Amino acid sequence: MSRAGALGACLAVAHRDLLLAVRRRSEIANPLLFTLIIISLFPLAVSPAPETLRLIAPGIVWVVALLAALLTLESLFRADFEDGALEQLLVSPHPLPLLVLAKVSAHWLVTGLPLLLLCPLLGALTHLGAAGIGVLAASLALGTPVLSLVGAIGVALTVGLRRGGALLSLLVLPLYIPVLIFGSNAVSASMDGLPYTGQLLMLGAFLVLSLSLAPLAAAAGLRISMN
Amino acid sequence: MWTYFHRLGSAPHFYRFSGRLVPWLGWICAGLIAAGLYGGLVLAPPDYQQGESYRIIYIHVPSAWMSLFIYVVMAAAAAVGLIWRIKVAEIVAISSAPVGASFTFIALVTGSLWGKPMWGTYWVWDARLTSELILLFLYLGIIGLYTAIEDRRTASRAISVLAIVGVVNIPIIHYSVEWWNTLHQGPTVAKFGAPSIHLSMLLPLLVMAAGFKLYYLSVMLIHSRNEMLERERNSAWVRELVDAR
Repeated sequence: MSRAGALGACLAVAHRDLLLAVRRRSEIANPLLFTLIIISLFPLAVSPAPETLRLIAPGIVWVVALLAALLTLESLFRADFEDGALEQLLVSPHPLPLLVLAKVSAHWLVTGLPLLLLCPLLGALTHLGAAGIGVLAASLALGTPVLSLVGAIGVALTVGLRRGGALLSLLVLPLYIPVLIFGSNAVSASMDGLPYTGQLLMLGAFLVLSLSLAPLAAAAGLRISMN
Repeated sequence: MWTYFHRLGSAPHFYRFSGRLVPWLGWICAGLIAAGLYGGLVLAPPDYQQGESYRIIYIHVPSAWMSLFIYVVMAAAAAVGLIWRIKVAEIVAISSAPVGASFTFIALVTGSLWGKPMWGTYWVWDARLTSELILLFLYLGIIGLYTAIEDRRTASRAISVLAIVGVVNIPIIHYSVEWWNTLHQGPTVAKFGAPSIHLSMLLPLLVMAAGFKLYYLSVMLIHSRNEMLERERNSAWVRELVDAR
């Protein structure tokens, strides 16, 4: 922690969060197992026929990604809120939005990135095909950071509440809808042989927008929740 | 001019001022809605294609307009409350939410009632219906967050952040949802050039829209007054008010 300044503080926060995550590996594994289990329910519930699965695969993979993100969101601030570390962030002299961004980045590295690595497996389970898997990975790479960033606003606003879980989904899921639309649309367009760069560019635009605005809103939310 | 606005920011002044305003707004609103309903349901001719069932637009369209309008007003009030810490603005923001949610709900219900004879189904996953449904979720999220937080001031500030986040997202959600091809008929009033609706049908619609706006204003003010009394129940002016009764 010898580096001074805001960047040093951000790196320290991210380093701490990553260290905590690595020490509790099951918290990284559980959302992934959740994703796998839910995905494997669909062939059982709908139909194991490859054509059917291929048709619904982009949608179910993206919906499950949304749910998995929702499942892990609480861990973003909850533990820090309970042990008081969050207050330390608030009173630190460094800009809070940057610290929030550091926390969200660390959170994405332990929740979004593993999901990305899981893509080939998910694609194989749902008969996406090689091209579909590539586009799915690209759309998830652009989309899941948006889920973490936008979700951070919701968590920041509900962190002080005793049972914020159900409320969190009501707050956050409507805001996730654009990502869901463009993410699943990119995958299904690519499987139909249609151009999909437009959808990916839109996801990129969402990423830039949420990267620049969401930390500010989340920081404001934290200050409100903590006073 | 500015001192006038500044005085409106103080709770007791706002309470007295809105108390005088509400009856006026209420009666004008009742008159406008009565006139609009008479014009729309009796005077306006039946549509050459949709027959009589098009008349539901006199409820449906103004409600749909109001659902968006109120969200924008709410977000603006929320921003004012958040930036300048004006209590009245915070109260206006939270008092708008239930009214906006009701208008959104009415727009959805009347739309699906109209959809059954026209499209043959109560619900289609069409762009405008879907974004209206999402708007309802946004409203419910705001109401849910407000009721979940015990301290009123904190709750107000939390929903202010949420409302502003929502207002940034509404256009994004709307245009994302627009990506599907849509069953809903294109806009007929706010088109560039001459509206493709006859004046005898348009006029009652506009009267209804004005009536709905006044309805929102008066109900929002009544709700704000209650909220204000509840929040300021320990202050001197409320006690004076109670003693005067």
